[in-house]
Amino acid sequence: MRHVIRRIGIYLLAIWAALTINFFLPRLAPGNPAEIVYQRLSQHGAVSPATLKALEIEFGVNTTDPLWVQYIAYLNNLLHGNLGISTNYFPNTVTQIIGQDIKWTLVLLTVSVVLSFTLGTLIGIVVAWRRGTALDTVLSSVMTFFYSILYPWLALMAVYFLGYTLGWFPFADGYDVTLTPGWNLDFLLSAAYHAILPALTLIISTVAGWMLTMRNSMITTLSEDYVLLAQAKGLRSRRVMFAYAARNAILPSVTGFAIALGTVVGGALLVEIVFSYPGIGYALFQAIQSQDYSLADGILLLIIVATVLMNLVVDMLYTALDPRVRQERSA
Amino acid sequence: MRQTSPSNEIASVPGGANRPALPPLGRTYASPSPFAGLMRFLRAFWRAVTVNRKVMLGSAIVGVFVLVAIFGPIIIRQNPLAYTTDLVRPPSAAHWLGTNQGGQDVFVQLVVGTRSSLSWALLSGLMVMMISIAVGLVSGYAGGVVDDILSVITNVFLVVPAFPLAIVAVEYFSRSTLTIAIIVALTNWPWGARVLRAQTLSMRSREFVTAARAAGEHTWRIIFLEILPNEIAIVAASFITTTIQVLLAVAALEFLGFGDSAAISWGTMLYDAYFGSALFQGAWWWFAPPGFCIALLGAGLALLNFGIDEVADPRLRQGKRRRQRGRATVAA
Repeated sequence: MRHVIRRIGIYLLAIWAALTINFFLPRLAPGNPAEIVYQRLSQHGAVSPATLKALEIEFGVNTTDPLWVQYIAYLNNLLHGNLGISTNYFPNTVTQIIGQDIKWTLVLLTVSVVLSFTLGTLIGIVVAWRRGTALDTVLSSVMTFFYSILYPWLALMAVYFLGYTLGWFPFADGYDVTLTPGWNLDFLLSAAYHAILPALTLIISTVAGWMLTMRNSMITTLSEDYVLLAQAKGLRSRRVMFAYAARNAILPSVTGFAIALGTVVGGALLVEIVFSYPGIGYALFQAIQSQDYSLADGILLLIIVATVLMNLVVDMLYTALDPRVRQERSA
Repeated sequence: MRQTSPSNEIASVPGGANRPALPPLGRTYASPSPFAGLMRFLRAFWRAVTVNRKVMLGSAIVGVFVLVAIFGPIIIRQNPLAYTTDLVRPPSAAHWLGTNQGGQDVFVQLVVGTRSSLSWALLSGLMVMMISIAVGLVSGYAGGVVDDILSVITNVFLVVPAFPLAIVAVEYFSRSTLTIAIIVALTNWPWGARVLRAQTLSMRSREFVTAARAAGEHTWRIIFLEILPNEIAIVAASFITTTIQVLLAVAALEFLGFGDSAAISWGTMLYDAYFGSALFQGAWWWFAPPGFCIALLGAGLALLNFGIDEVADPRLRQGKRRRQRGRATVAA
């Protein structure tokens, strides 16, 4: 219990740190968003200085309020779910835009992470069980190459070969844009069809990590005495493989899962950008390109909070899987 | 290399020449040539590099890239940004990897870009390691309140997703490779710090540390001159892991266009290719090579790391060593 409370404390602190970084980042950097937007506006025609003042108020910069008052106002806004107004999609609020885009990212990310974790772990188990064979040598070498592949590059290759040259899959947007989004079969099928290539690239680039982690930890448990005993008892090898060796080897993979989450989120972001997928990653990129600061900050905050919450879930899962953690004092 | 070959034969005798500190035979005594030290170093280096198949392959890959990074731009002597009239041509004898939209030679850019990509990856990796070492060792050795505070900071940074944070942070500051390197370093250090902290915790109660403390050594001396050298294997391993991550992170940020647009690196080549719509001109030779080089260099580094792991943990080694050794020499 003490362990759980300690972890929750760290996660709360992480969220607070993220909020604070998000607050100070625009204020530390040279220039401010209001001026940038003002300059952009003035390129299209004369703009009165009052506009600059209005923009400054909207972004909450360059005010006479002391920093701590601004900070408290910022936290108060966040508590009420008020992330500001997007300059790009004026007058939509950041919350509205995120609410629209998040569904795409959630579905894509959940499906590919679950598939790649299951697939990678299973391959890792089998490969460790048959270590030293041709299968192990080939798969391990291929996976080592995939392990250090650059997401956007893999996505580009997939777009070029499977999408552009062979024409098997669509490679831009999240659905056939001639259809109207809604809960009908045509739209859902089109959305699933468009998701294949992004999901595939995400799976290929993350599966190697799970496999290599599982292989290494499985090989360590395979040399334990209880595995030998299980085999000596004459248990079927599938039972020894999954219920004895793999069951005890899965723990490092679960920890790895928590740590890899941040990387997977980053990868999903890049994949969305390459495929112009209508999720929050693509929205973040567009927001940054068009200097829509409130939208970019809002999305960043959401990503951080979501990752932290996912970490908490994995932590709870870990505690459930490993009785030793429940008894230990420190993390 | 020719000079070292006779001594390599001595070194390869089982059990022989395992102590490089002792001069091997009378010949070296008689004339202590300046090459003796170099040869000893080369022999030790060769032994380290050929310790097993994975390390051998890994160091061969990384070695080639290092050589290209150092000598490539000297040998090629072509301006990678020079425009020609051969626009978007496929690979040919004149342009080994074809040309891009501006008629620039892709192969020349790839070779010149190796230096930038490799050196920024190593530099950021080094920055990450310095932070990791400082936080990990101090936190592990000091214990108490210092450890609590540093551990909480480490754990907080560990759960915050580095890449989205880096994207937004880069945007607020000036666009240059240095900015990218600094931000990547600031968002990637906690993993190494955690590993080093755990190791330092177990080192703290060893006898040599107690002895150093009893001898009245200064705390900083104990941490960085007594404990650190004993963790050099872990530092090396996490430096390699970090370098892979950093190589990918820098390339990804450059791909998104946050890099220095005047500089040539693998990441900026991918940016040019993607936003110059290489895809729809069918110019695979423009975007395939830089990404392949990144993956290959990363795989080389990963192999080095797995090889080191196998040396440290014999259980990870595969069976039937003898047969594989035979095959490895063929592959090399």
